Amino acid sequence: MDWSVIAASLPKFVHAFGVTLWLSAVSVILATLLGLVLAVCRDYKIPVLSQISIAVEELFRNTPLLIQLFFMYYGFPSIGIKMNAEACAIIGMAILGGAYMSGAFQGGFGGIPTVQIESARALGLSIPQMIRYVTLPQGLTRSVPAIAANAIFIVKETSIFTVIAVPELTNTARDLIGLYYHTNEYLLELVIAYAIILIPLSVVLTLLERRVRRGSFRTA
Amino acid sequence: MVHSVLPEAMSLASTAQAGFTVIFTGDNFTRLLVGLWTSISIAGLALIIGIPLGVILGALRTLPNPVLRVVLRIYLECFRILPTLVVLFLAYYILPAEFNVQVSGPTVAVVAFGLWVSAEISDIVRGALVSVSDHQVDAGKALGMSGLQLLRYVRLPQSINLMIPATINLATRVIKTTSLLLLISVIDVVTVGQQIMESNRMSHPDAAFWVYGFIFLLYFIVCWPLSKLAQMLEHRAKERNNG
Repeated sequence: MDWSVIAASLPKFVHAFGVTLWLSAVSVILATLLGLVLAVCRDYKIPVLSQISIAVEELFRNTPLLIQLFFMYYGFPSIGIKMNAEACAIIGMAILGGAYMSGAFQGGFGGIPTVQIESARALGLSIPQMIRYVTLPQGLTRSVPAIAANAIFIVKETSIFTVIAVPELTNTARDLIGLYYHTNEYLLELVIAYAIILIPLSVVLTLLERRVRRGSFRTA
Repeated sequence: MVHSVLPEAMSLASTAQAGFTVIFTGDNFTRLLVGLWTSISIAGLALIIGIPLGVILGALRTLPNPVLRVVLRIYLECFRILPTLVVLFLAYYILPAEFNVQVSGPTVAVVAFGLWVSAEISDIVRGALVSVSDHQVDAGKALGMSGLQLLRYVRLPQSINLMIPATINLATRVIKTTSLLLLISVIDVVTVGQQIMESNRMSHPDAAFWVYGFIFLLYFIVCWPLSKLAQMLEHRAKERNNG
């Protein structure tokens, strides 16, 4: 292990760390929003839109991100749609992430006992009131652990952006290894960088899961 | 003669389908399927190695030994925290250097994916075993069963219907992850696709759209039935456990 190599490459990794963090944040936010839209379309059985939601979910959950990115980045220009690598990466990740996030929302809102809805009706709550006071608070709480798990999944999947040359962490490590062959040093930096992002996220996820589980025991 | 006329006639007939014909020209279609088979067999081998190992690790995690628990939990978390691509690179660069052996890309992939599978399976098995209610285990103990007998006659039969759908889902994840094999220079379906595009660059500049689209479809055809099967089994397991 040559520490001078690590010191010399550190600025590049810090920059790539920022890129990974930024791309992950944007992807997680867009995926959550898209997931909510897909889940709402399916839950309210909106014609056409709910079928599209199902198609998007099945197609993107059952194919690898790498192929989706290649298809968009190299395939779309030949039919006249050109995007830069970052845009491609974010759009691809948002759709893939959205397909999974939709499942998180459906699981969360589907888990609300029917008794809750019936009670709300019996109390004479209007639909908006029911959503505001009964469905949303319980559904969101139940969705949170799955959303956090998906967020971790998305951060890890950003490593695949390297295949369309987005300068994130994995791509930087690959470039440096190709240029200078200090394999061990660069791999160590790569592992540490991901650990810095993902260990706190993973701890938060564990805490959230425990909390929600305790919450649901109390109501049971 | 026929070979040169046929694609030309087809491209004249419809320019939109020009790139699509590339997939069915010559032996391209079979080559793509062979590439896909490489990916799937690597996924299969990784599962064959990883599942038994994972079952053992998962059963060990239900034992009351705190040291064992912590060590195995750290093993799992390592794979949960690192992107699979990074795990693959670690195996690709470190295995040959540390053990001073020349290992092929597919071997590296089987080892890396196998270890990853074992970690994930250990969590599936532990979760399912723990979900068996305490009364059942206590009743087994009251009958004088040993630890292994409890596992064999009480815990496994009541939790296996939870393990199977989760394992099938993991299998689809492993198959999807084999798309990364091209990054450690294994000739997989994506590499074959790129070769086809490369050799048709002049005649079919839009080949990328059709070839990648076709590979997208191939992965979907493999993974979608598995996902559906897992969903069905999961649904059935839930119904059985409630009723």
